[in-house]
Amino acid sequence: MKPRPNYFAGAGSIIWLLIVLVPIYVMVTATIQTQQGYASAGPLSLPSSFTLDNFGALVTGGFLTYVWNTVIVTVSVVAIVVLVVPPLSYAVVRSRSRGISLIFRTFLLGLAIPAQAVIVPIFYLISVAGLYDSLIGIILPTAAFCLPICTLILTGSMRDITPELYEAMAMDGATPMRSFFQLVLPLSKSGISTIIVFSALQAWNGFLFPLILTQSASTKVITLGLFDFQSQYGVNIPGLMAAVLLSMLPVLFVYLFARRALVQGLMGVGGK
Amino acid sequence: MKRPTTGRSRHSGGPNVGRPGFAWALPATIFFALFAIVPLIGVAVMSFTSWSGLGSPEFNGLDNWNKLLGDKVMMQSLWLSALLTLLGVLIQTPLSILLGVWAAGQQKNRAVLSAIYFIPLLLSSAAVSVLWRALLDPNFGIPGQLAGIFGGDGNLLGSQAGAIAVLTFVGAWQFTPLHTLLYQGAARSVPPVLYQAAEIDGAGTMRKFFSITLPQLRNTIVTSGILMVVGGLTTFDTVLILTKGGPGTDTTITPYYMYRKAFQSFDFGVGSAIALVLVVIATAISLIMVRATGYDKMNSAQEGI
Repeated sequence: MKPRPNYFAGAGSIIWLLIVLVPIYVMVTATIQTQQGYASAGPLSLPSSFTLDNFGALVTGGFLTYVWNTVIVTVSVVAIVVLVVPPLSYAVVRSRSRGISLIFRTFLLGLAIPAQAVIVPIFYLISVAGLYDSLIGIILPTAAFCLPICTLILTGSMRDITPELYEAMAMDGATPMRSFFQLVLPLSKSGISTIIVFSALQAWNGFLFPLILTQSASTKVITLGLFDFQSQYGVNIPGLMAAVLLSMLPVLFVYLFARRALVQGLMGVGGK
Repeated sequence: MKRPTTGRSRHSGGPNVGRPGFAWALPATIFFALFAIVPLIGVAVMSFTSWSGLGSPEFNGLDNWNKLLGDKVMMQSLWLSALLTLLGVLIQTPLSILLGVWAAGQQKNRAVLSAIYFIPLLLSSAAVSVLWRALLDPNFGIPGQLAGIFGGDGNLLGSQAGAIAVLTFVGAWQFTPLHTLLYQGAARSVPPVLYQAAEIDGAGTMRKFFSITLPQLRNTIVTSGILMVVGGLTTFDTVLILTKGGPGTDTTITPYYMYRKAFQSFDFGVGSAIALVLVVIATAISLIMVRATGYDKMNSAQEGI
């Protein structure tokens, strides 16, 4: 687009690069230093000591339990979303019923409901249902709050399937069930991977529902573990940084190997 | 994408055959109704009750609303939410437009840098807040090491202005990549012929930016701006972890005040009333969003972006 190098933009882009990378640099170098070494050298200096104890301390401190809980929550949320959203989107795209279009509009309105706004009644519901301080108690509302965007994303993706294909299936006498499995699902793969990544991110990074709906160590997820760790050992910066790094590693991994789906999933986050 | 081989069956059927019925929508709808619609009604009902977390909520008429109207912290929280949101929009919008348009170029180095710019988005809000709290630690943080630049005692979170500046900066650090991404996509879809025509007319880089790029990004500016507003008004994790609403109540924005009332003072009635205020504001903004961007008529997730 621009034939000559744009030095002004170049300088700006380098400044922003520093703003992004300096914190990451401090985080990564802090994790391999001792607490004393980090304190005496200062955050921006080159590491003056080397240790892996920070990660060891996380393991002995029960952080792996939090990771495991987060994995359970994430997998379950994704499972619920993948089970209920594709049939709904299929109905929205193909059904001619007014009820379905009303439902779709309700879901769109649901985009506007911030989780904070309904957290009190959800706390009440979950408590009454006896699900307080359980992983299920986190999973159900987290999955529910993924539904509006996932429905929007997948419906968009399914609308790209040309009507002729549906008609061809119908001409062959296919039931909705068969069209769904033989036509819709295979052609919605990219939309489905987007909603998988989106809901996985929501679950992995979720904070409010775990904060309100759980309290014991056995049901703690990573984000809450980070928060607790910070309140208790705020001065142990290398330890904290190791926990932060550990919490983002799986997402980083997905970023490296499934960049496209992740970017689209995150744009979904933006849609909220 | 491959087209599936269509079936071998020889039955015939009209275009209305094989359409999914209501049942297909039912599981998602029931699930969503239970955890979003019912609580939404619940929050309205509970704003007229008093409940301390034990027993059952009891109706107390307009008590909560009267309390809120006379509550200075609540009024201040609305003002602070608006201020933080406005600062976020004012800082992130120009920044992400410039970065997005720049990153839209096809040069190799730009692709590499935009991949790096993306990193903050990979962290949860909790992780971002814990990270920045550690980076800004009064004793062991960056302001201490660079006292020459930051001055003072290195405790940026110790004053209202400092705390607001930190929240704004951390918000920008976390969310600029998202908006950059939106603008990058939008800038790439500007028809190249517009630039070619401008070049024939002798337009320079600046002229092309202001006369072509910016007007073409109009829709994205609306979308991204509204996302920033909704995101700003519902900020919670960052405030809880970075400032705890402090110093004093100096950064107690509305969602955080709701949390404090409901889950720390166990005054769930007042908490619900605050939440209802949030719902009304967020819904109003979102309705504007649907109107302004034609979200409801959108055909695919990428459109309008």
